Amino acid sequence: MKTIEELKSDVAVAADADGLLDVAYARCDSPLGELLLAATPRGLVKVGFASEAAGALDQLADRLSPRVLFSPARLDPVRRELDEYFAGRRHEFDLDLDWRLSSGFRRRVLRATARIPYGETSTYTRMASAAGSPRAHRAAGTALGANPLPIVVPCHRVLRSGGALGGYTGGLEKKQSLLELEGALSS
Amino acid sequence: MAATDRLPPFQELLDSHAEAVLRFLRSAVGPGDADDCFQETFISALRAYPRLEHGRELRAWLLTIARRKALDHHRASARRPRPVAEPDATETAPGPAELNGSAAAAAIWGLVAALPEGQRAALALRYAGGLRYREVAEALGCSEEAARRRVHDGLRALRRRSSELEEQYR
Repeated sequence: MKTIEELKSDVAVAADADGLLDVAYARCDSPLGELLLAATPRGLVKVGFASEAAGALDQLADRLSPRVLFSPARLDPVRRELDEYFAGRRHEFDLDLDWRLSSGFRRRVLRATARIPYGETSTYTRMASAAGSPRAHRAAGTALGANPLPIVVPCHRVLRSGGALGGYTGGLEKKQSLLELEGALSS
Repeated sequence: MAATDRLPPFQELLDSHAEAVLRFLRSAVGPGDADDCFQETFISALRAYPRLEHGRELRAWLLTIARRKALDHHRASARRPRPVAEPDATETAPGPAELNGSAAAAAIWGLVAALPEGQRAALALRYAGGLRYREVAEALGCSEEAARRRVHDGLRALRRRSSELEEQYR
């Protein structure tokens, strides 16, 4: 007889095989604390810091599909690339992304942000321009603050025009340590 | 939208109700076949889940599906031809010394399995699934009064048979 935990993880495996695993999630450790990772069949859809993790699964159930299951195996490639990134061995993520948690102007800002190279920084104003609204730097800041895919879509590389750090949803010290890791700030 | 109208992440259902569903299935189909029925129950539930209109009484909903799976299982095993050389159950019943731990559990499952289906399902939903009589009635598609009667009759039959079993080993 199997244990209840084995039976539960078998459900996720069978759900995946039957195409019923709409949102798979896992948790992983990182130098920035525990991260929540979630993926749909299209790709990685959510990276969450522990501080916002409580409501994150409910949000995924509401906005994408209530078929949300704990399924760490589906997130293995993401976890591996994040480990390599934090070890300084990876400068670009090679992952399919599902952008559905952002739309319109916000999504355009995030797509522009995704193109900022490792170790470099840009500004809110430039991201607003890249998204087609040069004067909307505040809205660009809001879009980046709501980034559903931090670290992978590197909103930490966007600073104020004067060089000040600006904000970061996970906490400013996280932004700072990511920039230090990439050598974009002297520690 | 009220909080209970939202559908929670399916993992919450699995975490909150897996044990009740498994207990129900072990009493309804026996521990040997409960694992397969458990998988089928949760996969069926997952398939239907996004179409549910609200997130209330999810355990009763899951147990209703589990009961359907148990019925399917009984129908399928009734259709399967029995092997000719299958020994009579009384010949292999455990002696008193073995009647503890898993042997005792097996003997009890045997008693439960011998009950009429309606009683067995009512008992399993009430005690293994932990449902209220109103929910048992809903899962069985009968009145609350009928659900109470089935549980009552089932318990009485179990008491009678277990004292017969004791007699046998005295």
